Amino acid sequence: MTEVLKVEHLDKSYQKQPVLHDINFSIAKGEVVTLLGPSGSGKSTLIRTLNGLEKYQSGTITFNGKKVVPNDKNWQTLRQKIGMVFQSYDLFPNLTVMDNIILGPTKVQKRAKEEVIAQARALLKKVDLLDYEDSYPRQLSGGQKQRIAIVRALALHPEFMLFDEVTASLDPEMVRGVLNIIRDLADQDDMTMIIVTHEMDFAKQVADRVLFLQDGKILEDTPGNQFFDHPQTTRAKEFLESMNF
Amino acid sequence: MNWEIIKQSLPMFQKGFELTLYLSLVGIIGSIIVGLASSLIKYFKIPVLQRIVAIYVEISRNTPLLIQLFFLYYAFPAIGIKISAQLCGIIGLIFLGGSYMASGFTGGFNGVKKNQIESGKAIGLNNWQLARYVVFPQGFALSVPALAANIIFLIKETSIFTVIAIPELTNTAMDLIGLYYNSNEYLFVLVIAYAIILIPLSIILTFLEKRVRYGTFGN
Repeated sequence: MTEVLKVEHLDKSYQKQPVLHDINFSIAKGEVVTLLGPSGSGKSTLIRTLNGLEKYQSGTITFNGKKVVPNDKNWQTLRQKIGMVFQSYDLFPNLTVMDNIILGPTKVQKRAKEEVIAQARALLKKVDLLDYEDSYPRQLSGGQKQRIAIVRALALHPEFMLFDEVTASLDPEMVRGVLNIIRDLADQDDMTMIIVTHEMDFAKQVADRVLFLQDGKILEDTPGNQFFDHPQTTRAKEFLESMNF
Repeated sequence: MNWEIIKQSLPMFQKGFELTLYLSLVGIIGSIIVGLASSLIKYFKIPVLQRIVAIYVEISRNTPLLIQLFFLYYAFPAIGIKISAQLCGIIGLIFLGGSYMASGFTGGFNGVKKNQIESGKAIGLNNWQLARYVVFPQGFALSVPALAANIIFLIKETSIFTVIAIPELTNTAMDLIGLYYNSNEYLFVLVIAYAIILIPLSIILTFLEKRVRYGTFGN
């Protein structure tokens, strides 16, 4: 198995307050890892660090065998290969759905517009939103916006996807549609993914591995099925119990 | 109130009215150009120029237009630069308005949500592309209310030109009062003349604000 991402001894603090402490893990191609843990445990910070939206004080991130030299220029190039989807969708309100999707591929990757549009339509069809290419984000529901945001990230042909609590601000009815798309990405396209989520059932279905975070540290790094059935730490056990009622 | 006096004064007020409009228009366009340039220099943190802009904005925003005009009109000739009263007025208005417009644009750029910038970065946009496709389109829309307020403000500020004897609206009224002492009538015309410019303009600008806001953000 080829290693896509490796994180070693990663430390991050805001002022003197440590938020990530000695994070070590690696991810193989096609692997789906979910980050679980209570609020404030550093999940979002960790996932944002992996595409350069957060700076870190020490440690190394290695991507496809190459150590990342953390500066703006390098991260800007790398981000084309690391797709990221956020909790609040963050589509550009002044652009149509199609323009949102093709902005990166045409301007950043300088690909031919016709080719990108054709690919965007194929992706829109996959997420059942083909009729919406000329709509503006304001005309879409939260779930639709999030599906478009996923398409926008995929249009860049990323090797790696980061999902940061992408269903956390959706109506319950909308959640399933978005999660299905992510699961299809895992099952059909073998996409390598890191997913921060509070949807435990979903995490259980999709996770090859679970990283359980608490106070900025990885408490557990366990295969998915094993984590949900037999968590190693009492803290993880408590966490899972608190999620069931 | 004597309507005959008002009627007789109207041709003179018309000249003043036209001059006020002309000076305002030139001043506003100049201010927008200076303000935009200053805000772009600030946004892209261009070395040296950034410092100059910061100093300019501080001086311009913290001194009254009256004093700026006196300086241009009386101090410049003393060092050998002689310019006409009208040109003094225009330069003074642009000097003042440029910094207000700059603050308006900068406020708009800073008002673009952090999430929007992050999602732009996440699709690989570089700093220039981020500005071109995310920050500027949204930032301009956010700055429209401030720019509109500045436009109204600058038109009203042209009344100060009377101190350097530019025959715009206020100066016309002051002259007529000095000559004929009919202050009630002339001040009445003066107020109406400014209202004719400013009330419709302010309605148009409010409409424009809403249009731009909806066109960009959909609310």
